[in-house]
Parts: sequence; structure tokens; C-alpha cells
Amino acid sequence: MPILALRKVSKSFGALTVADAISFEVPQGQALGIIGPNGAGKSTLFNLITGNIAPDSGTVVLDGTDVTRLSPMQRCRMGVGRSFQIPQPFGKLTVFENLLVAGAFGQGKTEAEVTDSAAAILEQTGLLPKANRPAGGLSLLDRKRLELARAMATNPRLLLLDEIAGGLTDAECNSLVETIRGLHAAGTTIIWIEHVLHALNAVVERLLVLHFGRVIGIGAPAEIMTSREVQEIYLGVEI
Amino acid sequence: MANPVSYRVETRTRASGRAAIAAAALVVLAIGLPAFAGRSLLQDMFVILSMLTLAQCWNLLAGYAGLVSVGQQAFVGIGAYAMFAGVIFWGWDPVPAILLGGVAAAVLAIPTAFFAFRLAGAYFAIGTWVIAEVVRLSVAQWKSLGGGTGTSLPREATSDMMFVEPIASLFGLRDAAARDVLAYWLALALALGTIAGVYALLRSRQGLALAAVRDNRVAARAVGVDAQRMNWVVFVAAAAITGICGGLIYMQTARISPDAAFAVLDWTGYVIFIVVIGGIGTIEGPILGVIVFFALQRLLADYGSWYLLILGVIGIAVMLFAPRGLWGLIHDRTGIDLFPIRRRLIIKK
Repeated sequence: MPILALRKVSKSFGALTVADAISFEVPQGQALGIIGPNGAGKSTLFNLITGNIAPDSGTVVLDGTDVTRLSPMQRCRMGVGRSFQIPQPFGKLTVFENLLVAGAFGQGKTEAEVTDSAAAILEQTGLLPKANRPAGGLSLLDRKRLELARAMATNPRLLLLDEIAGGLTDAECNSLVETIRGLHAAGTTIIWIEHVLHALNAVVERLLVLHFGRVIGIGAPAEIMTSREVQEIYLGVEI
Repeated sequence: MANPVSYRVETRTRASGRAAIAAAALVVLAIGLPAFAGRSLLQDMFVILSMLTLAQCWNLLAGYAGLVSVGQQAFVGIGAYAMFAGVIFWGWDPVPAILLGGVAAAVLAIPTAFFAFRLAGAYFAIGTWVIAEVVRLSVAQWKSLGGGTGTSLPREATSDMMFVEPIASLFGLRDAAARDVLAYWLALALALGTIAGVYALLRSRQGLALAAVRDNRVAARAVGVDAQRMNWVVFVAAAAITGICGGLIYMQTARISPDAAFAVLDWTGYVIFIVVIGGIGTIEGPILGVIVFFALQRLLADYGSWYLLILGVIGIAVMLFAPRGLWGLIHDRTGIDLFPIRRRLIIKK
């Protein structure tokens, strides 16, 4: 059974169709990359999966359960973790407290039970030296790290990452890729929206291309990147 | 391989340890105050403590849950009227009837929240105010509780009030003075209980969730926090305590009218002033704020409407130049937290 399945999910904002009968499945443990030009509806797709946006039609199925009408909070507790493209830290809480609340409520545990794992995630993402600083004062880079760290703290089975590699140096990007690979190796299913293709291709086994709210290709990365349609539309190559 | 690094979480600070000792001494002093204080001091302390309770409740709503209510007078008023109803209709003793005020306010909070939570920001503020006015006008129709002109507690209810007799003989006081001692002690217990309750909430797992919702509602939901439920819990709890406080205030005055019990200026306006000048979003702020408020009230008592003008100007000045209030200024200069809630990660090598 796939961990996630979308069946003919559609969403329009007025005349603008941002999701046009999107259907695909993600098997347990897979890493799926999502690419597409700006405005293709990638972040909207995430919001449809997490429940921040309700679809006009179609169903979202998580572990065989129809979750189309469940709230983001309920979906988080079912194992969906996400990062936001524009970082959304809990600004007045410290970095550590950001992870503490995510761990405690995402996993339904006490603060004491998630303290060690939160600290371990801070170490893994390089945020440990800043653990006790208010998250609102972090640099953009650290905010992006915090997005990943906080999503990890909920101990998700399905992790949605929205453009977390943008603006990183090569070294930072490599360490990020290592962290995500580690999560993937541990069995976490990952869906990753990213423009930094070399980072994406270092992790994902499958690519999905989105254009004007439609899935125009899904398959092995090598196959997708060389397909004529993708090159025409996504890379803007005239053939 | 054993992990050489371990972690622990600490919230205590050195200042908070000392503050706890000082607070314990102050509490003992406050409990013993009636032994050597006169009636007027006890009456002043009653006002300070009841305003402090209301301020802590409003601060919990606005400062922690982001629910800027301008309708807290609804809960003061309904609490006071419920207490009167218990005494007049069912012959309850006024002291346990105060708790009836808390129940009535909590019950009223449920439909209030149902409607007001559909509104956000300024609309929520106005919505709560409108609901409070509706409640005031409805209560003013209640003829058996005096309608628009109000009523008094029956003489036998106040004279036979619970605990008054033992207090009178303990301190060798007349009944009227003993009632002031009782009201003072109840106000003290309520204020201390409210502060302890708010502090316990903020230190708990739910307190962390509350802070997350305040900082970023969308992200809080994304990490599994039930934002709506947190708002409900806080709103109903704050209403219940506000209602108990209303019952207590009108037990002390023994006379009620809709215009007084549902006065937006007295029970919400002054309360907002106290929280804002003291420091919103801190437990220390309202404590500091109520002292400043009371001092100003005493200082400017003879100046009529100038008093309100000056309060307003001070309020605006604080909002502009010290948006986190007087306690914010003190905290920035000294780093002191008397009620620390920050969970600091300590690494033990």
C-alpha cells in the first residue's frame, strides 16, 4: 500500500487552476522530487497534502485512509511533517523550544521524552550552538535549518520539504543532502520540492514535473530530465 | 558506544530562586496583614488584588493566546449577578455563591467563544465588546434582581456570612471590619491562585503549545498543535476566574447594578491599562502595572476627568516608547525573570 495517494485532486483560485486533476502515488520509503517552474503549483500541492488548503474535488489518501477532510494538525499526528518555503519559526521561542513543541505535539509525548531526540536533531542540523537563542533572531540560513529540524522533530513517516536548499553554499548544501539521505536511509518517505537540481538528484529516486497545476511527467530522474516535453516546458529549450 | 554527551533542560534562574524566597516571605506577610493593618489599607489591598486577578486573566488571553478581548466585563458582571442570584433566590451563603459566579461565567464563555472565535484581531475585540453589551442589557431586564437600577445583598446574608464570626473574635473586630478581612483574604487567595495557575500552565506542555500558537498559528498546526482547542481552554478558564473575581468584588460591595457590574472602563479598560504599562505577555508585568495604576489613581483622585486623560497619555507613551511595558524595560536592563518559563538546553559533557 502506498503511504500517500492523490486521486484527481483539483483546486482553483478563481479562474486560476493551481491543481488540475493531480493523481500520483508514493510508495513507502521512496524519495520523490518535485520540479516545475515558479507558479506551477508546487507549494499548493504541499498544502493540499498537509491540509492547509482543501481541494475543490478529489481525495488525498494517507496509509489507505482518506484524509481529505482532516486538519493539518490531525495529519501531522498521522505522520506528515513539513517545512515551509518561507520559514515560519515560533519567533519568541528558542530554537530548542521550537523543536520541543514539535516533538511533544507531533509525537504526542511529554517534553522530557523528546528532549534527547530534539537535542540530537539540533546537533545533526548544526543548530546546537544556537539552541537557546530566540528563533526570531536567526539568519535566513539558520531559519531554513530550523524548518528542517522542526519537521524532523515531529518524527514524520512522510516528510515534505519545500525548497530548503536555496541560497546555501556548496558545503552547506552537501551537509543538508547528507542529513536528508540519512533520514531516507532510516526509512522516512520524502517528497522534496527543489530548484537546486544537483541536491535533489543526489537523493531522490523519482521525479515529478508540475506545470500549470498538471503532472506532465513522473519517473526515474534520468528519464525525466532528458524527456522532450520536460525540456521544452521546464527548461525552456526549443527543439 | 555510549554517548558521552547528555542533555538536560532547565528553567530555573538564580534570580527566580531568590524571588521565590522573597515571594514566600511576602505571602506570609500578606496573610498576616489583617493583624496589624487598618480597614482602609485592607480595602485598598482588596482593590489591588482583585484588579491583579483580572489583569492576570486578561494578560493570559491577550498576551499569551493573542485573544484581545474588550468584553471581560461580561464575565465580571455575570459572575457578580450569579453570586447575587445564589444568595437571593436559593439562600446560599455569599462565600460559596462566589464560585457560582465562576460557573456562570464559564457557561457564558462557551457561546461567546463560539461566535467571537469566528472573528480575528480587531473584529474579535469589537465582537466581545458587543456580546458584553448584549449581556448587560439582558441582565438589566431581570426584574427580580433589580432590573436596570440593581439591588443589594439581603442584610441577613451579609451579617451571617461564613467565616465572619470566627474572624471577628480572632482579631476582636466588629462584623463589618471582619467582612473586610474575609474579603481581603479571599482576594489574596484568588490572586495568588491565579498567578500560580497561570505560571503552572505556561511551564506545562500546554503552555509551550500556547506560545507556539501565539507566535505562528499555521506552523503550530503543522507540528500537531490543536490551536483552536488551546484558545478554547484559555478563554473559558480566564472567563471562569474573571467570574469568580466579579462575584468576590460584589460580595464586598454588597450592592450591584448592571451599569457598574458590566462597566467596560472599570473591568476591561483599566485592566488593559494595567497589563500594557506593566508589560504584556509576562506574569511580572500585571503585578507591576497594578501598583502603578493604584498609585496614579490615588495621586490623581481629585482631578476628575483629567485622571482619565493622564492615564490615556501614559498608556500611549508606554505603547510608543516601551511596547513591552515597565517590566520589559527592567528585564532588558537586568535580564531578571521572576517567573522563568524558558526551557534552556544544558549540555553535560
